[in-house]
Amino acid sequence: MSQLLKVAEAAAHGVTESATHTAQHAAHAATPSLSLLGDNLPALAIVVPLLAAPLVALMIRPALAWSLAALAGLTTLAVTGGLLARVLDSGPIVYAVGGWAGPWGIEYRIDTLSAGMLVLVAGIGAVSLLYARASVAREIPPARASLFYSLMLLCLTGLLGMCISGDVFNVFVFLEISSLSSYALIGLGSTRRAFTAAFNYLILGTIGATFYVIGIGLLYMMTGSLNMADLATLVPAQMDTTTVQMAIAFLAVGLSLKAALFPLHLWLPNAYAYAPSVVTAFLAATATKVSIYVLVRFVFTVFGGTGLLVLEGPLGLSAGTLICVLALAGVVVASLSAIYQEDAKRLLAYSSVAQVGYMLLGVGLASPAGLSAGLIHVFNHALIKFALFLAVGAVVWRTGSAHMAALAGAGKRMPWTMAAFVIAGLSLIGVPGTVGFVSKWMLLQAALAQQLWLVAGLILFTSLLAVVYVWKMIEAAYFRPVPEGGPEIAEAPLSLRLPLWLVALACIYFGLDASGPVGIAETATRTLLEGGA
Amino acid sequence: MIIHPLLLIVATPLAGALLIALSAGKPTQRETVTLVTAGLLFWQVLRLLAHSLGGGTVSPVELAVMPGVPLALSVEPLGLIFALVASGLWIVNSVYSIGYMRGNNEAHQTRFYVCFGLAISFAMGIALADNLFTLFLFYEALTLSTYPLVTHKGGAEAREAGRVYLGILMSTSIGFLLLAIVWTWQATGRMDFTPGGILAGHVDEPEVGLLLFLFMYGIGKAALMPIHRWLPAAMVAPTPVSALLHAVAVVKAGVFSVVKVIVYIFGLDLLNASPSADWLLYAAGATILIASLIALKQDNLKRRLAYSTISQLSYVILAAAILAPLSVAGAALHIAAHAVGKITLFFAAGSIYTAAHKTQVSQLDGIGRRMPWTMGAFAIGALSMVGVPPTAGFLSKWFMLSGAWATEQWVAVGVIVLSTLLNAAYFLPIVYAAFFRAPPPDDAHHPPHGEAPWPIVAALTTTAGLTVLLFLFPRPVLDLALALVGATP
Repeated sequence: MSQLLKVAEAAAHGVTESATHTAQHAAHAATPSLSLLGDNLPALAIVVPLLAAPLVALMIRPALAWSLAALAGLTTLAVTGGLLARVLDSGPIVYAVGGWAGPWGIEYRIDTLSAGMLVLVAGIGAVSLLYARASVAREIPPARASLFYSLMLLCLTGLLGMCISGDVFNVFVFLEISSLSSYALIGLGSTRRAFTAAFNYLILGTIGATFYVIGIGLLYMMTGSLNMADLATLVPAQMDTTTVQMAIAFLAVGLSLKAALFPLHLWLPNAYAYAPSVVTAFLAATATKVSIYVLVRFVFTVFGGTGLLVLEGPLGLSAGTLICVLALAGVVVASLSAIYQEDAKRLLAYSSVAQVGYMLLGVGLASPAGLSAGLIHVFNHALIKFALFLAVGAVVWRTGSAHMAALAGAGKRMPWTMAAFVIAGLSLIGVPGTVGFVSKWMLLQAALAQQLWLVAGLILFTSLLAVVYVWKMIEAAYFRPVPEGGPEIAEAPLSLRLPLWLVALACIYFGLDASGPVGIAETATRTLLEGGA
Repeated sequence: MIIHPLLLIVATPLAGALLIALSAGKPTQRETVTLVTAGLLFWQVLRLLAHSLGGGTVSPVELAVMPGVPLALSVEPLGLIFALVASGLWIVNSVYSIGYMRGNNEAHQTRFYVCFGLAISFAMGIALADNLFTLFLFYEALTLSTYPLVTHKGGAEAREAGRVYLGILMSTSIGFLLLAIVWTWQATGRMDFTPGGILAGHVDEPEVGLLLFLFMYGIGKAALMPIHRWLPAAMVAPTPVSALLHAVAVVKAGVFSVVKVIVYIFGLDLLNASPSADWLLYAAGATILIASLIALKQDNLKRRLAYSTISQLSYVILAAAILAPLSVAGAALHIAAHAVGKITLFFAAGSIYTAAHKTQVSQLDGIGRRMPWTMGAFAIGALSMVGVPPTAGFLSKWFMLSGAWATEQWVAVGVIVLSTLLNAAYFLPIVYAAFFRAPPPDDAHHPPHGEAPWPIVAALTTTAGLTVLLFLFPRPVLDLALALVGATP
């Protein structure tokens, strides 16, 4: 509904400036279509999970709901895979939703970066849904199972939408879809603390979303446009106005809140700790990353790239430096906090805050190498954290808890699960041969290329903190004796272990042959920097 | 499809580890797989050696990991020495392990043999590494694969030792070595091992010393003081682990990397021209002397051996730091010479533990009469540590001294002479007590015992024989060592 309103509004205001663009996009829309399905792939990526969601909610039997949800997840993955292949093959795709050409209509714009993000999010969504059956059966009451799957699909829709859309208001709509569904999903956690965690996130997430919408409102005031590509041409003329600068500030704070950039991360640890296991795994691997993606989009596509980051601000501090300082502070503080956690989920949640710091550090370095490193870490960390939370989910499935004490003896009783956990944990540390090393290597290169020795030193120091907190869990699993009279622990079912191992092996595969993701990250970086120039 | 011979060398023990994992619960099958794999590996390394000594070349193998950062394997003389020593001793050590693990009824034997296979595979990777990234990858993998071996016994003591082990090795490698590698890559745009080094002209004067510091203290496995503590900590592991890994594969991977970095990354000429790199000689010299002094005071036999290892490792570093071709050849030779000698000593320590359940030096009075083979081998190993002919230790020390003498490095000469005396002071009394003191009377604390099980005795006799053989027929290893520095024998 709001989208329609927005279209009408945009049509009313933005007529004059955008006449040329209309012609351009109309020409694109008029290109003869080769295949109906192929040309509408961008729409399908959103429509499939969006339509499946209400259908799934109607299913009464959990098994049926799961089957449909998993099918929708896999279909979406196939669609996004097709999109990525097309983009890599023949360049960016511009798709006018409903045939309404931009800048009034909503445009889906898919370049290498968004296509990569789509595949990542859809892939993690699909694997989460496959994993969900056993985990949900254990953690969610059967009466709510179909509702749960429906929410998962909605959340997936929202996250995919944020990556695909080339319209800043449409991004807000998708942001809200994903946020609202994730508040509900977190609230479905098995303890009552899940409610407070969800409520906390609801408040802070809403503040973030509000800041975002204020930011785009201010931009709209000054330019009369909500289309990213259009904004990119209109904003530079207004860059010196206080309104646009305020818009930048609001957008930066709002998106940093959603991305859990230190010190705006306070909602995250509890939300991840008390949500159902699948939700934690899914959100940890996607939600913050998609927010970072939107932030990167704004900085580079809308606001013209590195120029914004290196601009001297008050106190001689540039935005890029500020991001670097906050990112590094976040990495150090969150890593130290992680060391003192006694609950594996909370520990990994703090580690996520730290890792978000690495990604934004790459952005803040404001160099092609830094941006590539940040982007590659988005992908790599998604895999790593996903695998770790899936493994913890399997332990929770058996023991009902993610406390260190519940891990005791897991190394012996659940050897496959814990072996995958160790692989992912080593990736988190950044051991060579795993994806984590690829990120670390590129980030170090970027830092040293700018002679930032302190930054390089802190990256290495925090890797050592990662060794400490990862080893805390490994020692708990392998050295603590099995408690007497505790629950009988055996290996997790295959339906949990297969998805887990798939992701764990991906952590090694993409660590030994990183040319695919690195190539995508570097192409995306080039596009972003050229687009901004 | 034909697998590249170098890949096959790394893959063989890896495949062996997999087969061992599949043989869980079947001891005989598990041990057969271990022995067959070790034999196959050694055969491959021998073929490679024959091929290389015959003047043949092996094309390097490369797998792109990141743009410009390949996983690459190639053959060069120093790597061949290391591969030869590690794979050859793995066979002997496997025989020994079977006797030791069965004799002491150790638990988790499958895990033990699997991790051992993995560790050897990664040691081969280090030996054949063609660039710093590959070296670093296998170096870290070796640390991680040996962690379960160090903590094999489980429990609080093993956990603490594991923390020290992992803590020191990983913090140095991540904190210093990785930084040094990235720095090298930034400065030169490459990181492949090249004769003559790659850094000349890219790094200026005081930074050379700093970069050398990052490399030397980044390679924690070389146990330069004060980052040596992981090695005594690792002695909680079962003796076969101490013998092959903490006298041969792991520590030699450390000094091997040190020599490799000095020769192929810095290049002797660059370091000779850089006064800021002089500190290494003194650091290594100090380590040799201090570790020897500490070894003097250790009553636990394995700990004494561990400190002796620390001091012997620094011989290799010292010899490389002298920067004379002859002494660098001595360093390469010492990698092999110390390996066969020290593994014999550890085998003997494990043999004493298995047969007599004794771990302290002070308990060994007269034990030579009950265990003549074990203590005979121990004596040969000890002589090699001191550097007395006819043992291999004499040979490498000779080269080191020649190099030091030729370049008038009197500090190095002094350190070598003084430490020889110290080595004698902490090894020879053990041999004396074992053979010439009267044994304590048999009682509840000292039950009567004979020799250890035959696989143990067979293994330690073999390595003691190798220690002498390497002195009498040093040819292949010596040729390789001289080829490393480009000298003709």
